Amino acid sequence: MNEIIKTADIVKKYIMGSEELYALNGVSLTIKKNEYVAVMGPSGSGKSTLMNIIGCLDTPTSGTYELAGQNVSELDDSKLASVRNKQIGFVFQTFNLLPRSNALHNVELPLIYAGVSKSERIQRAKEALEKVGLADRMMHKPNELSGGQRQRVAIARALVNNPSIILADEPTGNLDSKTGEEIMELFDSLHKLGNTIILVTHEDFIAEHAERIIRLRDGKIESDTLKQINKTIET
Amino acid sequence: MKRLLNEIRESVLISLNAINSNKVRSSLATLGIVIGITTVTILQTAIEGINRAFEKSIASVGADVLYVQKFEWFGRDDWEAIRNRPDINWQQYEYLVRNIQGAESVCPTVATGSTVTYKDLSSENVFIFGTTDEYQKTLGLEVSEGRFFTGRESDAAFPVCVIGHDIKESFFGNTDPIGKTIQISGYNFRVIGTYDKMGSMLGLFSLDNRIIIPIYVFFKIFGTRRSLTINIKAPSIEAIDDTREEVRAIMKRARKIPPGEKDDFGVNQQEAFRQTYESLTGLIKTIGTSITLLSLIVGSIGIANIMFVSVKERTREIGIRKAIGAKRSTILLQFLTESVGICLMGGIIGLIIAFPLSLLIDKLLLPTVMPLWVIFLALFISASAGIIAGFFPAWTASKLDPVEALRYE
Ligand SMILES: Nc1ncnc2c1ncn2[C@@H]1O[C@H](COP(=O)(O)OP(=O)(O)OP(=O)(O)O)[C@@H](O)[C@H]1O
Ligand SMILES: [Mg+2]
Repeated sequence: MNEIIKTADIVKKYIMGSEELYALNGVSLTIKKNEYVAVMGPSGSGKSTLMNIIGCLDTPTSGTYELAGQNVSELDDSKLASVRNKQIGFVFQTFNLLPRSNALHNVELPLIYAGVSKSERIQRAKEALEKVGLADRMMHKPNELSGGQRQRVAIARALVNNPSIILADEPTGNLDSKTGEEIMELFDSLHKLGNTIILVTHEDFIAEHAERIIRLRDGKIESDTLKQINKTIET
Repeated sequence: MKRLLNEIRESVLISLNAINSNKVRSSLATLGIVIGITTVTILQTAIEGINRAFEKSIASVGADVLYVQKFEWFGRDDWEAIRNRPDINWQQYEYLVRNIQGAESVCPTVATGSTVTYKDLSSENVFIFGTTDEYQKTLGLEVSEGRFFTGRESDAAFPVCVIGHDIKESFFGNTDPIGKTIQISGYNFRVIGTYDKMGSMLGLFSLDNRIIIPIYVFFKIFGTRRSLTINIKAPSIEAIDDTREEVRAIMKRARKIPPGEKDDFGVNQQEAFRQTYESLTGLIKTIGTSITLLSLIVGSIGIANIMFVSVKERTREIGIRKAIGAKRSTILLQFLTESVGICLMGGIIGLIIAFPLSLLIDKLLLPTVMPLWVIFLALFISASAGIIAGFFPAWTASKLDPVEALRYE
């Protein structure tokens, strides 16, 4: 079972007054384990919508989505929460850390919801923070950290529960290019360690890090390119 | 199970954090709860205090005791008509004892105020109470230290006495009074027993400031001119009406009142006190419950209001928590914990205010006692108010759509 994500004809429709707006209009794609995918496309093309659906934060209007062989469309709220907790690691453009909690507690949080014991939680959160190079900032609160450091905390939080996939929606969008590059190096190393990574970006030099680039336009896949073999997969 | 424990612990931490970072707002919001808990606590301590005082006071003993006296306790005749009534004298007492069938025991009592001294301590206007050895049995009041006087001591007019709690305190402090000699109106008396504190129930008589001596000694020192009170214990509470009728008939004969004429004496009963007591606690209950309910309702609305604000402010936090695996129930629990936490804080503040206040009331107005269960009751009520007030806001929070919540600025 190598295919971790499999969507078929996903549609996300918003009704704005009398108008119908298709944020996604028939997206079918397959992503394998340990793939490194960049999703690109103009603003409003549906990138975030797709990420939210893949991350089980949102549900499609129609179409099916299988995550690790399980049909996610059939799951109730509590099962979805558990999927988000155990299978998905989310990294956001705006970091989305809890402002009043220190780095360690922010990273510990998914493990709290997973029911992991206190001592194991601390242990694993520390390991995750070490992995992202923040061993010396564990007791700092988000407002005592730089943007790059905050994003590292967010990545540590995404990693800590050993998810099947890491989803990052413009993870470097709020960072300067040098810090962005550092964050991307972190993603690269996570990929080498065997993680599956899907990230959204507007920048070509960020997308360069990925092995596969999916371009969206008007809620549809415009192109899907595998870098190594340099050929376009028909959509 | 582990997960639930984790979530509860996390919820408590979040709540403490949230309350801590909004101290002023949280404290203001608890005002209604504070008032509610303060009133309910004071109300309960007052009722408890009155109950205990009543149980201990002489008014509680002898629901089955009749008191034959010159006047009715709650008579409706005007003073002019009754003030010339003849005294109840020793002959009438003896006549009653001789003739009565339906009585468990009978004892006479007579009282006056007098000066009492012990060493260089002296107290004026102490209530001196003369009676027989039957007193103990008739009223069912046990001495706490030592003993009551015996029939022999009573009949032979031994100079012995049993003293009330206040007398013991003021003359002997913590030392043992038994066997000591005090002077009543200049005569030596040996202390043979003491009573526990009864407290004065809203002016009802108690034994605290009393010295009880054998009635023949009383007559020798203070004379026999005073009107007696005759205490009669009925065989049972049920029989008390029969006993009262019998007593009335005998007393009429003893006082030579023709049948059909009005009584010129009262056959009194503690029942009247019990009714006063019940209407008093009833009144406290009604007023207190209304204030409590009202302030709890107002308080809960206040709590619900700030919980809505809190949910709104933390919409993004809720989104984050959901994105990393918090279930609806987790979020619900988190905000319920917070609202219960705020209300418990209000409850504790209420208790802290109520405690000195109830001591003050005890000094000035009514006896109060704060038992442990009142504290638990107060905490239980505040926690319930927290659950009720917090439920709807917490429910709203738990239903938030994670994507919307994360987008919230
Ligand atoms: N809750 C919503 N209600 C109505 N329309 C929505 C909603 N969410 C998204 N949309 C619309 O769906 C379309 C896709 O939005 P989405 O956020 O996925 O774009 P995006 O590709 O992530 O854009 P950007 O690069 O600017 O982040 C947009 O036209 C947007 O206006
Ligand atoms: Mg977007």
